[in-house]
This record gives sequence, C-alpha cells and structure tokens, in this order.
Amino acid sequence: MREILADLERWRRQGRRIALARVIDLEGSGPRLPGATMAVADDGEVAGSVSGGCVEGAVVAEALDVLDGGDRRLVSFGYSDDEAFAVGLTCGGTIHLFIEPLDW
Amino acid sequence: MAGDPASGNAAPIFDVVAALLRSESAFALATVVEGPGAGAKLLVRPDDTMGTLGEAGLDRVVERDALGELAAGRSGVRHYGEHGEAREDSVRVFIESFAQPPRMLIFGAVDFTAALVRVAKVLGYRVTVCDAREVFATRQRFPLADEVVVDWPNRLLDQVGPGLGQRDAVCVLTHDNKFDVPAIVSALATGVGYIGVMGSRRTHENRLVRLREAGVDDEGIARLHSPIGIDIGARTPEETAVSIVAEIIALRTGRSAQALKASSGPIHD
Repeated sequence: MREILADLERWRRQGRRIALARVIDLEGSGPRLPGATMAVADDGEVAGSVSGGCVEGAVVAEALDVLDGGDRRLVSFGYSDDEAFAVGLTCGGTIHLFIEPLDW
Repeated sequence: MAGDPASGNAAPIFDVVAALLRSESAFALATVVEGPGAGAKLLVRPDDTMGTLGEAGLDRVVERDALGELAAGRSGVRHYGEHGEAREDSVRVFIESFAQPPRMLIFGAVDFTAALVRVAKVLGYRVTVCDAREVFATRQRFPLADEVVVDWPNRLLDQVGPGLGQRDAVCVLTHDNKFDVPAIVSALATGVGYIGVMGSRRTHENRLVRLREAGVDDEGIARLHSPIGIDIGARTPEETAVSIVAEIIALRTGRSAQALKASSGPIHD
C-alpha cells in the first residue's frame, strides 16, 4: 500500500470511489507476497499490482463489480492443467486476494 | 492520536494508515476477510489500537497476534473463533504488517554514493549519507537521501548503531583508511545485517592489516563484504550500486547470486 499511497490520496481528494485488492495468502510459487496491493478507481484507473501481470485483468473486473454494489469478496487464482487458457499464475502457484471498497 | 475514541471525533482508519505510512511508523492492519463482520478493521500499534473487528474478545486476541506479526515483519491470514478462540475457524483475519523501512547508512560522499542512494531508494531503504567533509556531504549532491550528515562515520554509528538490525545495511565507500577503519570497527559493534566495504583487491588487503591492528578478530573480518558487491563486471557507479544491492538481497535470501539459467528449483521460496 505504501507504493500506491500517493495515487490513493489523489483519487480520494478527487472524490473517486476506490476498490482495494490485496494478496492475503500464497500457496506454492508466486510473484508477490501477502500485502501486495492493487487499487482500482471507479473509472477503471489502476495503481499497483498483485502478480506479475497474470491476473490483473480479472482482478480489475472483480474490483469494478465490488464498486458496482457487489459484496467484498475473497478471490483465488491458481494454475490448472484443465484450463490452460483460463486466468491463473503461469508460475504454478495459487494466490488468494481480498477485494473490498476503500470505505474505511 | 486522531482516532482516539475519547476525542469523539474518530478519523477514518485509512487517514491514520496514510499518516503512519508517510511518517514511516510501524503498525499492523487487521481485516476480517471471512466470517461475521467481513471488512472490519483493527489498526494496531505498539502503544495504541483503533477500530474494532466487532467483538471485544476477538479484538484482544488479534491485537496480541498483530503485535507478534509486526515484530516478526510477517503478513498473513490467521483464523479464530467468533470470540477470538484459538484452534477454531469461524473468522479469518488478514494481518498485514507495515514494518519501518530498513536503513542503509552510506559512508563516503562520492559518485558511487549518489548512484547507490538512488538504487537503495527504489528498494525502499531509508538512506543516510555520512561524510566528515562538508564540501562533499551536501543535500544538493544527494537529493534523494533521507538525510545527509556531516560527521565522522564512527560518531554517527555511536548514535544510531544500537537501533540497527538484521534488515539494515552499512556501506563504506570512502576508501580512505582514516575514515574506513573506525567506521568498520564501529559497524562491527552493532547488530547490522550487512557491512560492505568498497575498494580494490589491494586496498582490501591493506585495509585488512589496518583492521587487525585496530583489534578486529577473524569473526569480525568474516562479517565484512569486502570488496563490496557481487561479480557482475560492474564498472559505472550505477552498475556498482546494482552489484551492491544484489549482494544484500542474496545475503538475506541465502541464495548464490548465480544466473537462474544455471540453477534449478523454485524461483520463489
């Protein structure tokens, strides 16, 4: 969150609504540790990242859904042989994210 | 603080988080991620707690655990019963630790120093440049440094040394025995995790003699990373800075610093 603090504060001053997606747990190999945070503003602008670029697109969609009135949620992304082209981490690990509105 | 319930004017937790991040203070933020009250937050500092997870017993246990995680510099999910019971799993709490940034003290205000300050800032260090020569140790030359101190390195270490730990680094770039030897002797008296000393092979050999004369034993010599850096053939100040921080990272992770192409096994632990 430290790295994206300036973006968060600017967005808040501008009155934009924000969703935060944070890595809370990691199984196996993964690029980012618990605490890695990505923020998504209600107009789709993004700051920070939660992986090496593998799952960011899917996280933005979930974050926008949260801002659209959806519940805060746990989301997991992992690699599966059955779904080689589905969203996942190419490095073979699984990450668990918590996505919530920044309303606190 | 602003969030003190007694003030009757509680600041949103995020404002306090932002202020603590800005002042580089240590704190932990606990968030219920599964179970009753998902999203509820408790902000824990060594001397103060604000917010609530919705249940006093849970708050008490998570406060204790958050302080433990913060001290260890760990972030992760823990599970509890609704009232904070151990070995139950009705509430999952993500505890995120925001430790103070590690410190890097750079002795010697030379060109290599400016490059090392830049690279160390990228990695999140709080950087102090120190040199006894006031014409060199200026804010203009090191605009990204958190502080520039005109003093003898050993005198600065006498002040700040007791606060240095495993995550911190001392880099001695002066290559002048008059400054280097007392700085190294003082650095060895601290718990700092990394002590790197710049110099050619010849400077290094000569410095070892001076250090032994100053009473440094084999154990002390073995703690030094001298000549500083890993061998990537660095020539410019910027390349040398990368070589130094690569050595610091490899020391922390216990890795060999060889190319991944030449090794096997997991890339991330």
